[in-house]
Amino acid sequence: MTRLVIRILLAFCCAAAFGAHAQLTIEIIGGGATTIPIAIVPFAGESNYPLGVSGIVGADLSRSGLFRLVDPGGVVPRPARAEDVRYGDWTGRGADAVVVGSMTALPDGRAEVRFTLLDAVKQAQLASFSYVVPPAQFRATAHRIADVIYEKLTGDVGVFSTRIAYVAKQGARYELLVADADGYNPQSIVTSREPLLSPEWSPDGTRIAYVSMENRKPVVYVQSLTTGARQLVANFRGSNSAPSWSPDGSKLAVTLSKDGSSQIYLIGADGGSAQRLSTSSGIDTEATFAPDGRSILFTSDRGGSPQIYRLSLSSGAIERMTYDGNYNVSPRFLPDGKGFVFVRRDGGRLNIALQDFATRQVQILTQGSLDESPSVAPNGKLILYASEVGGRGILAAVSSDGRVKQRLTATASDVREPAWGPLQK
Amino acid sequence: MNKTLIALLAALALAACSTTPKQEGGAPVDERNPAATAPGAATSGAGQGSVAGTPSQARPGNPLKDPGSILSKRSVYFDFDAYAIKDDYKSLLEAHGKYLQANRGAHLTVEGNTDERGSREYNIALGQRRADAAKRMMMLYGASEAQIDTVSFGKEKPKNPGHDESAWAENRRDDLAYRGD
Repeated sequence: MTRLVIRILLAFCCAAAFGAHAQLTIEIIGGGATTIPIAIVPFAGESNYPLGVSGIVGADLSRSGLFRLVDPGGVVPRPARAEDVRYGDWTGRGADAVVVGSMTALPDGRAEVRFTLLDAVKQAQLASFSYVVPPAQFRATAHRIADVIYEKLTGDVGVFSTRIAYVAKQGARYELLVADADGYNPQSIVTSREPLLSPEWSPDGTRIAYVSMENRKPVVYVQSLTTGARQLVANFRGSNSAPSWSPDGSKLAVTLSKDGSSQIYLIGADGGSAQRLSTSSGIDTEATFAPDGRSILFTSDRGGSPQIYRLSLSSGAIERMTYDGNYNVSPRFLPDGKGFVFVRRDGGRLNIALQDFATRQVQILTQGSLDESPSVAPNGKLILYASEVGGRGILAAVSSDGRVKQRLTATASDVREPAWGPLQK
Repeated sequence: MNKTLIALLAALALAACSTTPKQEGGAPVDERNPAATAPGAATSGAGQGSVAGTPSQARPGNPLKDPGSILSKRSVYFDFDAYAIKDDYKSLLEAHGKYLQANRGAHLTVEGNTDERGSREYNIALGQRRADAAKRMMMLYGASEAQIDTVSFGKEKPKNPGHDESAWAENRRDDLAYRGD
């Protein structure tokens, strides 16, 4: 397989605005089996703005590993509208699809951003949209355009407009951050001198649950991203950890040790009393809700080694899901509910794996030595996880078929505990 | 008896830095047996508190602060992925259990820790299990349930930041923290 290495440096132009935060840089290592050749023509009028929309669209698409950018240089004049496109210019360069567009300044300071996606082979228009936005939303607009193109050409929902959360550790300082899916625009959510971990997005993307050790013990908080206000949700005697939202956002599954061993409980998203869900004498933890809310997956050592089990919330029936190996942990459902990703230890290595419910087939997706904390993109196509390179914590992503790999590194800190946010409503 | 001695030596070797250089060697080990069998006895604490060169933090009469007392040893170490208390640490937990029995006003938090390998959340549960195991053993020797809290830091607060077996062994650990320590 040809090794496609595209380095996208995202650091420039952000240093001033977000200098204090750990900016992620994304590197793509390995692409899909087939990539769609696409030409993205620089948008007419975008050179009047410091931020070029077409460049961000191209970066999004190539980062997915499913597209190959065809150089639009040399086509004169540059087309900006569908009617200006001479298809032969593009099929001759090997492009299957062409994107043209424009940015027009409006008197109130906003701009009209137009784009059209064309099938160069069939000589047909696939999509055409226009957005009237202030400059502060140019990046977001570019991501929305990339989402449209991705969906039209792959058939899957695009996740370029989503956000991710992660924890950066710099010296003894822990910071929970939220950033755009391309690593841009990192915003600090909370900082602490004690460990922060296990961030989980509420299904509507307005709140994040996480574990903080600021009180010299693990405690679960829920924090609003709109107001910044945070609420103590679980602070029982012992340890409180591993929050997972119910699909309706009203409850959290958490692991509490208040009754003698680490067990899974259900608790209101604003706290209150806890209802016990699991009953074993050993460890039950890392609950994750099925997309339909009717079952949870969790990790338990009830069989002698940590394995993944499924608990039906209606019947209470428990089924063991993993059998191979003696350490299978950290389950996360795929958004279609047809399978789950998890961490498998084999020899001394920890890797991300995917198991299908119907076939029980397991695919090992990663080749690192310390891969952990998987989080699935809301379209189910990419899995974000924590890894380590040269003793430093990095984030990485792998496609659910194992082919596309990305690496996200921050300049001066360890990054870990990634959580992919929901689709923008 | 021999086995106890070896266990105590191991505990001494592993409990880093609370022993002053002058007390290194076998001598203090013998003296710890009374503490293990007669917890809370002020006499043994006072006697050892006066050892020449002992730092002044060893308050006479407080065996918890007496470097010569087994009660000053506060760490219990575990095997990989395990939460069973090893024989090496039973006398230490026996001593703390009996101390808590004799001092009902005393309160202890056991902080469980793990090495860096594996899931952060599973390691919190594993560390919790290690802390609970120490608590149960101290309760066997007379500590009351209300005197002991257990929490876990999982792999989040490694004492040794290294990435090899010696670092991992040091990090698979319970720490015993008395209120007011």
